[in-house]
Parts: sequence; structure tokens; C-alpha cells
Amino acid sequence: MEYIVMIIGCVLVNNIILAQFLGICPFLGVSTKVNTALGMGAAVLFVMTLATLVTSVIQQYVLVPLNLQFLQTIAFILIIAALVQMVEIILKKISPSLYQALGIFLPLITTNCAVLGVAITVTQKADFTILDSTLYAVSSAIGFALAIVIFAGLREQLELVKVPKGMQGVPIALITAGILAMAFMGFANLV
Amino acid sequence: MSKLQILTKGLIKENPTLILVLGTCPSLAVTTSVQNAIGMGLATTFVLMMSNTIISMLKSLIPDKVRIPAFIVVIATFVSIVDLLIQGFVPALAESLGIFIPLIVVNCIVLGRAEAFASKNSVFDSFLDGLGMGLGFTIALFLIGTCRELLGSGSFWGYKLPFVTGDGILVFVLAPGAFIVMGFIIAIVKHFQKAKH
Repeated sequence: MEYIVMIIGCVLVNNIILAQFLGICPFLGVSTKVNTALGMGAAVLFVMTLATLVTSVIQQYVLVPLNLQFLQTIAFILIIAALVQMVEIILKKISPSLYQALGIFLPLITTNCAVLGVAITVTQKADFTILDSTLYAVSSAIGFALAIVIFAGLREQLELVKVPKGMQGVPIALITAGILAMAFMGFANLV
Repeated sequence: MSKLQILTKGLIKENPTLILVLGTCPSLAVTTSVQNAIGMGLATTFVLMMSNTIISMLKSLIPDKVRIPAFIVVIATFVSIVDLLIQGFVPALAESLGIFIPLIVVNCIVLGRAEAFASKNSVFDSFLDGLGMGLGFTIALFLIGTCRELLGSGSFWGYKLPFVTGDGILVFVLAPGAFIVMGFIIAIVKHFQKAKH
């Protein structure tokens, strides 16, 4: 039950993009088509789960026992960068088709603040076990994918609409995102 | 390009947030009040200045293939320094900025300037570029923060406006307001930019 509440909380109530403002760059950058948005969502799900699993293990068994918490930022960003590189190499060998599908999105993820953001957030929650952390990462990533896919759908529709000249491009996208965030606020009292 | 141009181009002409639309996460997340916005802006400015300077010094030593990880290590070092300094000297700011201080590492402006400017230019030029870009980022955060605080809580720098009663329009402090305010500010900036040409 606890886990179900956490999943609903991360996906709908505290959506990582629309409520926590993490990962806005890919949210605005790769959301012009639903298909690419889906690819990005899948890549983030994959990397975020792995990264959070590895970083929380490192935090719990290396950084905390050795009293090196001040190295957290450096250690985590390096782990994520290395992990993304590794995932890329492994995918290329094992599943070329998946590599083709995720290909261009993988390198972008290193600088996606959502991945580092979730990795740091879970270390700040004192009672989180490694299982909790991983589940938190999975549900945050699902929330990311949900938001970016909905937003891509909206932007596909926006292309057919006549937008005032000054509002074209980024401004109208941001305002649409604002209205989407307002819609997600409706979930506020769900859990 | 003269030294003055390098310094001032980040302020308006190539403003990282309003023109290039980089580093959007902190500009949306921490602009609930003017104080937070300025704090975040100055922290990022410090990181940008220092990382640009150091990367420019090391540019001939770093092999081209591993330059991005090397840049990230330099940036992460300065972010950790800033993080510890803020926690030590301004704990209230550390509390309200929270996770967004360590996240300066993945701010695309910092890595972007390292790659686009510091790895190609002299040390002093890179320092000026970092300072200019950082101040441009601070100006943008200040603008967004001012709008959100005025509309959302009817105050400025924590002080209530005269003749204003009540709490302001709550939605501007919450998530949707951030997107909407930034959308309108970018639209206005675009309008002026077009009028100039």
C-alpha cells in the first residue's frame, strides 16, 4: 500500500517536471513529436532507475561509512556520466534495435538534471532503503515520460493553430506547460 | 571582440536564459521570491567564472576525447565549494534553494560556456565571459522572481507593498505561474529584439 501511494505521488501529485521543475530542458527540447518524446521517456526510465540504484548503493556503502558526503555531487555526476556511456556501449552490442531507438537520447541524459536530481533527493530521505529509492526513481521516470508525452501531443496540436507572432516558439510552449501544470495541480489531494 | 563586448554580450544580447533558453530548470524552480533568485544567480555566476577560468587554463592539457568529463569534474568541484559555503554562511538560503544548488553541475549554461568559449579563448576573456553570462542569468532570474513575487505574494524582497492587502495570486508562486511568467517575459524580450533589428 505504501508503495502504491509513493508511485501515485511521484507520477501525478509531485510530477518531476510539472511540480518539481527537474528536466525542463529535454521537456522543451525533445517534445515536438510524440514518438521522440516516447523515446526520450524510455531512455530516461532506463537510465534513471540504473543511476539511482548505483548511486544509492555507493552513498550507503562507500560515502557514508568513509564520511565523504561532501564528495556526493562529484561522485554522482561521474557515476551518471560513466553509466550513460556504459549503457550506450552495452546496448550497441546486445540490442542494436533498442540502441537505434534510444541512440540520440542517451548522451543527452548525462546533463538531464532530473537524473542527478532524483539521485540526490533519495539520499536526503533518511528512511529510504535501496528498494524504496529505486522504486522512487522508477515512478519519477514514469511521471517524466507521462508529462513529456502529453506535452508533445499538445505541441503537435499547437502547430495547427494560429499563434500570435510574438508568442510563437518557446513562449507559447512555456504557457502551454503552465496550463498543463495547472491541470496536474488538480491531483494535489489525491494522496 | 573587445573586452567590454565579451563582458556585456551575456547581459542582454546573448542572455543565456531569455534569448538562448538554457538553464531553464533553476530559472523556473527558485524564482518564487527575489531573494532566492538573486542567491541562485550569484551562486551560478561564481561557478561560471571559476570554471571558465580554470578550464581555459587547462585547455591545452585536457585531451579532446575526454574533455566533457574533465569539464564536469572542474564544474562539480566549484559547485561543491559553493554548496558548502552557502550551507555554512547562509543556511536560510541553502534551505530554500535546496537541491538546486548541487544541480548547478548540470546547468547547461555552465557546461555550454566551457565548451563554446573557455575551451577556445584566453584565460582573462573566459573569466569575463563567465562573469557576463552569470550576471545575465542573474538578471533574468531577478526579472522572473520580481514578477512572481509581486503577483504571487504582493511583496518585494520580503517586504509587503503599500496599499496591498491579502495574499496575492497564489498560482504565481506555484508551478504553473513559473511557466506562464517565463513564457510572457521571453515573448516581451523577443518583441523588443525584433523591434531593434
